[in-house]
Amino acid sequence: MARTSRRQFLKIVGATGATLLAGNNSASASHEKVVNNEAVGMLYDATRCVGCKACMASCKRVNGDYGSLSFEKAKFDSDGLWDAPEDLSGSTRTLIKLFKESDKQWSYVKYSCMHCQNPSCVSVCPVSAMTHDKLTGIVDYNKNACIGCRYCQVACAFNIPKFQWERAIPQIVKCDMCKNTNLVKKGITACAEVCPTGAILYGKRKDLLQEAHRRLEEQPQKYVQRVYGESEVGGTNHLYLAAMPFKKLGLPALGNDAPAEFSEKIQHTIYKGFIAPVALYSTLCLIAVRNMKKQNKGGMQSHHDHNGDRTGGEQ
Amino acid sequence: MSHDHYQRHDAKIMTPSFIVLLVLTVIGFALIGVRFVKGIGAVSNMSDGYPWGIWITYDVATGTAIACGGYAMAILIYIRNHFHYHPMIRSAILTSIFGYGLAGFSVMVDVGRPWNAYNFFIPSKWQANSAMFEVALCVMAYTTVLVLEFLPAVLTTLEKTEWRTLQSLLDILHRKVGLKKQENLAERLESVKTIAAWLKPRLDKVLIFIIVLGITLPTMHQSSLGSLLLIASTKLHPLWHTGFLPLLFLINCMYIGYSIAILESTISCYAFKRPFETRELAGLAAIIPWLTVIWLSVVVGDLAWRGQLGAMFSLDFYSGFFLLEFCLVAAGSLLLFSRRNRQSIRWLFVSAALIVLGGALYRFNVYLIGFNPGKGWHYFPALAEIMITVGIVAFEIIGYQVLVKILPVLPKLHTRQEQDAQLAEKA
Repeated sequence: MARTSRRQFLKIVGATGATLLAGNNSASASHEKVVNNEAVGMLYDATRCVGCKACMASCKRVNGDYGSLSFEKAKFDSDGLWDAPEDLSGSTRTLIKLFKESDKQWSYVKYSCMHCQNPSCVSVCPVSAMTHDKLTGIVDYNKNACIGCRYCQVACAFNIPKFQWERAIPQIVKCDMCKNTNLVKKGITACAEVCPTGAILYGKRKDLLQEAHRRLEEQPQKYVQRVYGESEVGGTNHLYLAAMPFKKLGLPALGNDAPAEFSEKIQHTIYKGFIAPVALYSTLCLIAVRNMKKQNKGGMQSHHDHNGDRTGGEQ
Repeated sequence: MSHDHYQRHDAKIMTPSFIVLLVLTVIGFALIGVRFVKGIGAVSNMSDGYPWGIWITYDVATGTAIACGGYAMAILIYIRNHFHYHPMIRSAILTSIFGYGLAGFSVMVDVGRPWNAYNFFIPSKWQANSAMFEVALCVMAYTTVLVLEFLPAVLTTLEKTEWRTLQSLLDILHRKVGLKKQENLAERLESVKTIAAWLKPRLDKVLIFIIVLGITLPTMHQSSLGSLLLIASTKLHPLWHTGFLPLLFLINCMYIGYSIAILESTISCYAFKRPFETRELAGLAAIIPWLTVIWLSVVVGDLAWRGQLGAMFSLDFYSGFFLLEFCLVAAGSLLLFSRRNRQSIRWLFVSAALIVLGGALYRFNVYLIGFNPGKGWHYFPALAEIMITVGIVAFEIIGYQVLVKILPVLPKLHTRQEQDAQLAEKA
């Protein structure tokens, strides 16, 4: 009796393992998501940026109320004279930093949401607070749905979503391409609108890519010969050109597969049509009910033995 | 199933350990108050790089594994048909209730916008791609199932109670505060008893289906706790990031479950001065090494397959923690392969402790230690953050201590003596 049930048990463990294995295999044979080049995005050309930070100021001015942004007091700022965020944060959606290779060689770099084609944050959000607009490609955040679990932060390969750690009523903060503010009113993001040198271009992804490649071709000696974001994690709508290696500018070296594809394949294989859980439950029910019956029978026969007080009730 | 092989532990509730735990609980809950007034940043060292700290890593990811005693025992008894372990299940389920209940509570402390949690019940907000969604629903369902599984203990007590404590409490209130005595109180209490008596046999009939649900749900969400980190392919160290995370977490929670059942039984027998359940525990312990051997083989096989065996022995920070986790589990299992060690309560305790430590370290490695969001981010829990976790765990232990003293939870001693005598006869 014990032996058969052990076999059954091992079978179940084996079956679970097999399901997972299958998931793993099908993950490598992926059906690729088509890149939507009609999506809107931005092209940031680090070689044209002069570091005026007008984009930062304008972002905060335009999105301050809607996006719950505030000015940031730096540690050195005892007189309250600066808005000097150290990094993207619960108060800052976009940020200009300066990378210094040497006194002669340096490059500005802009950080903000990359608006991935297959965003991890959207894939992991349990309550659909992060959404990906199929048409525009904008990755948006809805604080009225968000439970604040911060899984999006864990998932984002660029560390973009930020959380308001110091507030009693916190939310996630990240760029939404001015979807509800400047884009509605003026048809352009606030940062691109105010950029005096054209370092930030707003437009459709296909046009931006074309422009980027034109620049790479026209001045090959000026640029690193690659458009960052063209293929990273399945493609992003925020694209970069730079004269310095992107990794030095704080843009991580990433593969071309979206992490969400890998995790979703496994999760989908296990839970496809909810068949596996239902099958598991019914199999276990069969085994357990049969065992219970056997047990009760055994209990009757040896009523005065060890099973006595189990079947007999009050004694 | 009748409930006569369980008994209440007759002892005082107010013990010194109770008071120490109570103080810790109060401190923890006061700090939780601070967290809700001043924000999470005020009590924790979590950051945008390490958005999950020990509250998720310990209270949720590890705490629910430690609470898998009920799950592991249910598989053993109902699926593998070892009904002689049945007397042990009630205390296992009780610890599971506390483990899961408090994991749920910790989540509510940890999430930033808990008032939006109702979105889990709104179909238009469901997001089946998210492992977190699966974990959340499963854990909520499982906690309910656990309470149902435990209900017979409560019903039995309600059926037989004389309401002495309540009566004397009311008497005191009546005397000191001048609270009016309700005339129909006895009648009402009687009706509660009748309802309990009515409900119990009916619950017994469907209980097996609830119990099996209680086996299915942890299988689902324990594997999903591993799936949670699948997405972090660029942040989790390759020693731990693998497509097998769900399978590894599932087996991991099973061997932790059996080991923790051994630890709980040993500790509670020691603390409550009951005879050790060595024979039952030896049987449990015989299962563990098989699970750990499967687990260790999957770990090594997967590393070999992904070409990461070298990372195991690179002896850096990550390989150190990996080897520690690996050796703890392996050492505990090696001890348990020997029949003689399994018959000794001391070795049982030591090996189960090693395996729980190793298994828990695995979960810490996946959620925190092997997690590297990039340059410049560091995390070590703040004192207040730790005290909140300590407070929650202390509350858990208090709850267990109190409930085993007012409800029939622990195995009845004379049942065990009978069984022993019977076994001796057979031999």
